[in-house]
Amino acid sequence: MDGTDRIPPQQAEDPTTPAEATAHATVQGAAGASRRQGFVAGVKVGTGLAAAAFVLAVTFGAFARSEGWGVLAPIVCSLVVFSGSAQFALATALAGGGGVPTAIAAAALINGRFVPMGVAVAKDLRGGRFRRALEGQAVVDGSWVAAHLGGGRFDRYKLFGATAVQWPAWVAGTALGVVVAPPESLVESLGLDVVFPAFFLLLLMDELRGSRAARTAAALGACLAAALVIWVPAGLALLGASAAALLGLRKGLVPRDTKEAGGS
Amino acid sequence: MNQAHLWWAIICVALISFTFKATGPAVLGDRQLPAAARGVIALLAPVLLAGLLVVDVAGPRWTGLDGPLLIGLATVAVVRLARAPMLLAILAGTVVTALIRLLWG
Repeated sequence: MDGTDRIPPQQAEDPTTPAEATAHATVQGAAGASRRQGFVAGVKVGTGLAAAAFVLAVTFGAFARSEGWGVLAPIVCSLVVFSGSAQFALATALAGGGGVPTAIAAAALINGRFVPMGVAVAKDLRGGRFRRALEGQAVVDGSWVAAHLGGGRFDRYKLFGATAVQWPAWVAGTALGVVVAPPESLVESLGLDVVFPAFFLLLLMDELRGSRAARTAAALGACLAAALVIWVPAGLALLGASAAALLGLRKGLVPRDTKEAGGS
Repeated sequence: MNQAHLWWAIICVALISFTFKATGPAVLGDRQLPAAARGVIALLAPVLLAGLLVVDVAGPRWTGLDGPLLIGLATVAVVRLARAPMLLAILAGTVVTALIRLLWG
């Protein structure tokens, strides 16, 4: 937890007496230590997530290279998008022949969860609008979950720490996948083709835990996707499946006050 | 793959992702979305993750189904349900898939 951000206004003001100055320095020192602790805790959690992200990124780099993305595009994509689910959705939709607008829409829909996640974490970010917008870029699935303190509050520095190790791991893994470009047969022989769907499966399992509405909607979405993929490209099948989320319009299905952050 | 189209797609997705992550902290702040919007958004992630999983595993016109991969995914789910870390679950699924392919040729 960020100690500085919790300092009452009267304590944060400039001290006027030696005693107040000592107390102020003590509070500032404790706040700094708290920030460091939060960041280090985030780095520790993020290291495990980064290892998984690295392996996944290698498969993304290899997949993108095999689909004719070249060397630079996959690396830049990982650098500026930094979202495994959106990047694989983009690559899958493009490979499936859904067209660029469909691929962009599929990736955008996948990342739509970042809106409620950003809303949830907004109270614990600091600064003006621009700075808060930049700080919001630290929100990725694993970091968001790791930084959640409960009760809708988040450890801002833990969020930063967890993301700080995942981002370079994601980009480095992509670069390795692109450069080495392991052939598809080698990827299959080593079982690495399971990493991508396994990543989605694990995220899905987390989403479904404890939410009947999510289970119902996911089942409907899976059925729609399974049926649509017979007749239309993957990207369009995904867009069609997203209609299942309209179940959320039904009153009482989604608990309004507890599920507002969109799970993950 | 048309490289110009690809770069436009990457730029668009990057801008959209940035905007999505920035919207809450910069614009909405402490304000809440309407209940109906929250209800739909809350279900988008599980719906799309389920759809992605099905599309990826089934492949176009259900031509991509692969037995060892399905067993590998089942292994991932079982290991995860046993409260193993995410990385270990994926590793277990990878090893099982590779072993089955090695044994079955």
